[in-house]
Amino acid sequence: MENFKKLTKQPLFLPIFCMILVLLINLIKSPAFFSISINNGVLYGRLIDILNRGSEIAILAVGQTLVVAVSAGTDISVGSVMSLSACSCCMLLAGYGNNSVSVLAVPMIVGMLFGVLMGGVCGAFNGALVAKLKIQPMVATLILFTAARAIGLLLCNNQITYIRYEPYKYLGNFFPGCPIPTPLFVAIVVILIVGILLRKTALGLYIQSVGINGRAARISGINSDVICFICYLVCGLCAGIAGIVASSRIYSADSNNIGLNYELDAILAVALGGNSLGGGKFNLAGSIIGAYTIQAITTTLLAMGVSTDKAPVFKAIIVIIIVVVQAPAFKAYMAARKAQKAQVKEAA
Amino acid sequence: MKTKKKLDTNTVLIIITICLFIFMYAVGCVIYQDKGFGNFQTFLNVLINNAGLICVTCGMTCVMLTGGIDISVGSVIAMDCMLLVFGMTEWHMGAVPMVILVLVIGLIFGAVQGFLVGYLEIQPFIVTMAGMFFGRGMTAVICSGQISITEADNPLFYSWANAKINLPAFLGKVNKHGKVVVPYMRPTVVIAIVVLILIFLMLKYTKFGRNLYAVGGNQTSATMMGLNVKKTRMLSHILSSFLCSIGGILYCLNTMSGSVNQAKGLEMDAIASAVIGGTLLTGGVGNVIGSLFGVLINGTITVLVNTNGKLLSSWANIATAALLCIFIILQSVFALVKARRNK
Amino acid sequence: MDENLLITMRDISKSFPGVKALDHAQFTLRKGEIHALMGENGAGKSTLIKVLTGVYSLDAGEIHVAGFDGPIINHSTLEAQEKGIATVYQEVNLCPNLTVAENLFIGREPKTKLGTIDWRTMNKRAKEIMDGLEINIDVTIALENYSLAIQQMIAIARAVDMDCKVLILDEPTSSLDDNEVEKLFKVMRDLKAKGVGIIFVTHFLEQVYAVCDTITVLRNGEFAGEYTVEEMPRVKLVAAMLGKDFDDLASIKKEGAGHVSDEVVVDGKGLSHKGTIKPFDFEIRKGEVVGITGLLGSGRSEMVRCIYGADKAQTGTLKFKGNELNIKEPLDAIKAGMGYLPDDRKADGCIGDLSVRENIILALQARNGMFKKIPISKQNEIADKFIDMLQIKTASRETPINQLSGGNQQKVILARWLCTHPDFLILDEPTRGIDIGTKTEFQKLALKFAEEEGMSIVFISSEIEEMLRTCTRMYVMRDGAQVGEISGEMTQESVMSAIAGGV
Repeated sequence: MENFKKLTKQPLFLPIFCMILVLLINLIKSPAFFSISINNGVLYGRLIDILNRGSEIAILAVGQTLVVAVSAGTDISVGSVMSLSACSCCMLLAGYGNNSVSVLAVPMIVGMLFGVLMGGVCGAFNGALVAKLKIQPMVATLILFTAARAIGLLLCNNQITYIRYEPYKYLGNFFPGCPIPTPLFVAIVVILIVGILLRKTALGLYIQSVGINGRAARISGINSDVICFICYLVCGLCAGIAGIVASSRIYSADSNNIGLNYELDAILAVALGGNSLGGGKFNLAGSIIGAYTIQAITTTLLAMGVSTDKAPVFKAIIVIIIVVVQAPAFKAYMAARKAQKAQVKEAA
Repeated sequence: MKTKKKLDTNTVLIIITICLFIFMYAVGCVIYQDKGFGNFQTFLNVLINNAGLICVTCGMTCVMLTGGIDISVGSVIAMDCMLLVFGMTEWHMGAVPMVILVLVIGLIFGAVQGFLVGYLEIQPFIVTMAGMFFGRGMTAVICSGQISITEADNPLFYSWANAKINLPAFLGKVNKHGKVVVPYMRPTVVIAIVVLILIFLMLKYTKFGRNLYAVGGNQTSATMMGLNVKKTRMLSHILSSFLCSIGGILYCLNTMSGSVNQAKGLEMDAIASAVIGGTLLTGGVGNVIGSLFGVLINGTITVLVNTNGKLLSSWANIATAALLCIFIILQSVFALVKARRNK
Repeated sequence: MDENLLITMRDISKSFPGVKALDHAQFTLRKGEIHALMGENGAGKSTLIKVLTGVYSLDAGEIHVAGFDGPIINHSTLEAQEKGIATVYQEVNLCPNLTVAENLFIGREPKTKLGTIDWRTMNKRAKEIMDGLEINIDVTIALENYSLAIQQMIAIARAVDMDCKVLILDEPTSSLDDNEVEKLFKVMRDLKAKGVGIIFVTHFLEQVYAVCDTITVLRNGEFAGEYTVEEMPRVKLVAAMLGKDFDDLASIKKEGAGHVSDEVVVDGKGLSHKGTIKPFDFEIRKGEVVGITGLLGSGRSEMVRCIYGADKAQTGTLKFKGNELNIKEPLDAIKAGMGYLPDDRKADGCIGDLSVRENIILALQARNGMFKKIPISKQNEIADKFIDMLQIKTASRETPINQLSGGNQQKVILARWLCTHPDFLILDEPTRGIDIGTKTEFQKLALKFAEEEGMSIVFISSEIEEMLRTCTRMYVMRDGAQVGEISGEMTQESVMSAIAGGV
């Protein structure tokens, strides 16, 4: 019992527990869930699907975690920024006004970098509003939430721009000869870069200090504004990368649908990862596990034949259960009940 | 002795909002004179189209005053519309029972969210995000297609939707044929305005209204002063969801249809309207009169873009975002100046 | 129950994770009594009050309140208020966005016949209340427009106006000036005459002797004794609080200024920050301890903040060890070799959820730069060294700082600066809100570092005695401007007359 209690206190307990729970349900419902096969030289299976499709959420969750930690707020613009980044990439590759090309106007890498850069610009805009002008994060990012998708539509001339150029599909699907989906690699690279940045530098300490007490951090020699700005910038870049991956997946820029509701999944991943949305201390690994858990939930629901538009009902119920169990008020209530029961037992 | 009152910054913000609306509308009148923008009816149409949003924004303002947020409103509206339409077309229910049902569902929805926010102290953003998922999903559960309601389905509801309230003829305009076109309103507008006035009075003159401000001003202090913060926050969410249900009914009267994608992003319109109207997301400051003008500005932008005809509809989004940006920056600059002065 | 008794608290116990805050504490309050609740920091004064007012639930013990049968438990402040217990806390617990009148009446607003709020009556009565306190303000504008002191007076007025039987004042005087403290004392004496019982928590001994009748002393969460003021001279009171005979205070003596060298470490000319402090000059030598004195709000803190760059100096020049220094951010000051222990420990000092270790190495890490992370082993070494050296009472170096008591938190912040080995250390109210034992330690430490390591130290304190003991020289501040400098033979009287100005 003592050991169990210790286990539940571990920071990664909640996300791992949820993950295992989801997988367990699948194991009971349909063991086929776990089967992995090789078709046409690439891996197939639900598990692969989760790792593949969950990558965008994982990439977003990395940035979102930092933003939540540093500013006790959420960046709700990431989904829209994904769309903008995809649109600007495709617009550049196809040339303005063209809605379907098979020959690129500029080298592919230029377009992709431009897309990521647009994400960075959006992140910088959010960062400037939050860090310099001290605007509440949700309000500040509300601006781009509304505008970024609309700007993307303008860039693509209100159409879906298709890039029918084989290598463009690699990033969101498979590299020829590699059985593992590319998005997973992209996610790993992003996680590694940010992870190393946090581990090898004092950035993690700085972010937590600013998130907990910005004034005190400043007095202690940390430039709170710059740290806050950096976090939003990283978040924007992550959204940019996720946007390119999402665009490559469908080799097009569908402004209205790319990244739709992804901000919610990203925020959910952070919460599911055991991070307080009130900022301060954070745990990157938790967020990433949280991200894949969310994808696992989505995939499970699909596998069970729940249609995409009805799936949110279950997602909502899961979210509520998780946050309720995590809520300190609920924990205190349960503890009090347990104590009461013990007392009754003692009296008897 | 009469002390001279200083204009505080919050009042200034509301005045700016009102001036901006008047300015925007005037510019519209001048540029699109030929397209009938100057008609009184155009203004009334802005009200008619946004009657639902006015109700929702009132509720949103109340929640935001406590420092909370309710992003579930868009999907609750979609759910309400779908339920109304489905109930009247497929179940052949009467209009009145359906309306009552929708209102009751609104109350329950708000009570659950409010309980989670108030008593379990879970962040409102997360709770209402779950509410948003739930509402949207339930809409699809009721029916995943797009359905609409016709006169044959429910004559009563149809007659509500098409009822006109004519205004005095002198406000109208003589058309090409020399006939006076009498301007009209819909009952939805009257309901929205009544709701607005009631909420305004509630915020100013009732204990509950002032408690909302107190909780948003400083939650710890409010607790220490003996206010029931948990209950207040719960009630604010119930109020928001209830007003949202009223808004949903008005919305349905306008569109006469239900679909999964209805009212998508409406929560952001409501939040943007409230912020443009001078409500702070940190809580404690705001007023529904400001929110009304926020909605009107939002509506006018849409009409301006539509009237132009050549502009893509995404320009309306960009314009709203730009305005939001300006207002947020103004608010923050005012707050920074204030902080510096107090120092 | 004795008729005169208002409140009896018996054997109250309360634990927080890892800490026993109250251990069979006792407290009794009688009608028409001003009862001081004394004790070191962490002795359990605030916890006792919060248990009484329903902010915390109690683990064991009984509370009896006059007029209620049997033991009672308050579950919320509201319940306490309904039983006639009103409280004013150290932090102003009012809503900044509401008007003064609303803050006075919220929760008990006057109503019209329709059941709506009667603004007219409310404003009128609010005005009367504030006039009664001789505070002439507009009650119809938002509270945030007024100074902290006035806000505190409004909080007091609110509690007083509630027709309470018991009034609890939990360190309400820290932001008040002498004049306002006098007003408060007058209110307290009036209430006492009406038979209200008052619980008064304060760190200022003078205030206890000025108004109180009875003193209850808590020590380490336990009841140490209840005394009348007459039977309790200061020395005995301090001894009761510390649990030992206390003559350490007297033993601190300035050793003369022998170790002060001629090397000027900081030389500021004409520094100022718009809106907070007018141009001032500042000079300090190696190994010197200099005081800055003045009333609260006179610009003491603002002056050092300006030197340190917490508020950027907008005019003037600053030479540090002979080199001109342009400080844009606190980091520039740290890099040059300055340290600043801020007066507001909670807001400017502690990083709440971070561990003691992280709090200690923070400034050193900031000086090294983000990309030169201090290895964990080195961090542990530094943390252990200072926990040992300053005798910081903490469960481990990984304990979050917000689980420590005030005095120990202050030591952690001090360690944060000491580990950067500053040449120039600013201590702004290092002893505020901490117990007398630690206060003495801080004074000794300041002298020690000046003498042994040749550190130049600025020492700011509201208690003139402390500064007399530590400083060789003092700058005098008044109304945001530097008005003079005193040195040589300083006495309490000479400093006070310098602060007060005139002749």
